[in-house]
Amino acid sequence: MKHIFKITSVLAAISAIWISLLQTSIVPPSYTWLLPIYLVVALGCYGLFMVGIGLMFFPTCPQEAVLLQQDIVEAKEFLSNNGVDVASD
Amino acid sequence: MEERKDELQTKGKEKKIKYSIIVPTYNERLNIALIIYLIFKHLRDVEFEVIVVDDGSPDGTQDIVKQLQQVYGEDRILLRARPRKLGLGTAYYHGLKHATGDFVVIMDADLSHHPKYLPSFIRKQKETGANIVTGTRYVKNGGVHGWNLMRKLTSRGANVLAQTLLWPGVSDLTGSFRLYERSVLEDLVTSCVSKGYVFQMEMIVRATRKGYHVEEVPITFVDRVFGSSKLGGSEIVEYLKGLVYLLFTT
Repeated sequence: MKHIFKITSVLAAISAIWISLLQTSIVPPSYTWLLPIYLVVALGCYGLFMVGIGLMFFPTCPQEAVLLQQDIVEAKEFLSNNGVDVASD
Repeated sequence: MEERKDELQTKGKEKKIKYSIIVPTYNERLNIALIIYLIFKHLRDVEFEVIVVDDGSPDGTQDIVKQLQQVYGEDRILLRARPRKLGLGTAYYHGLKHATGDFVVIMDADLSHHPKYLPSFIRKQKETGANIVTGTRYVKNGGVHGWNLMRKLTSRGANVLAQTLLWPGVSDLTGSFRLYERSVLEDLVTSCVSKGYVFQMEMIVRATRKGYHVEEVPITFVDRVFGSSKLGGSEIVEYLKGLVYLLFTT
């Protein structure tokens, strides 16, 4: 099944819960009407939080750049000794 | 399957698994030589071939490949060129037609993908029997170098958005350093129609949807050493369009 159908069924399930909450008044109606907005805001906050966490703990590897430069030197030496043109454009 | 195994054992030799490494190139005159050196350095005991799919580079990339063939052998380095830039997806398909390996690795030619990770891809596949092993930059032993804050922000934002919308099952969607079982790659390349890096996303998302076993290995990514790489507004729009497309068609 296409992914969009999975998403719409999740949304449909959430809507069904919301409508039943409206009907049965377990939670005060004035509060229930605002629940979708709270959900959207919560989702947005979750997204921003995940972006922030990811940014804070973004894995970096500065030592790899150094290793790469060493590899390049080694490669250029071997190649030029074996007749491959290693001049950059 | 069992009869074939017995047959081979009686012949007194074990069939070695062969890997085909497809490297699409465009104006990678220096990088292709460096990367081929590094591949041969890190895959000593492995049966493999490198397939260079060059899209008519004006800088003489193909001449360099021919020189490399003299050093390493024409049976180890295959040059399968095309007349002009025809896109990444078709480059893989073209390379695949000439591949004789049981597994196919795709990687970039610009040294952002380091061949030293090839053994870990192979090992991971052998350990888990996965159909696809994809490199991820976003886990603990992986990493990126050469990205400023803005670039990291867009990358992370894009990733969170894609994870929330698509539930892809992999941590790095746009990565293009991957090992595929040959038949799996054939299946996916013919089902995917996007261009550029959205193509990479489509490949891995379709793989997940089709139920293929996907594993990840950490890789480090050092952004382009020689040459230029760009990420602008149009790339972001393309990405968002790609996400919506994948949302509705996978």
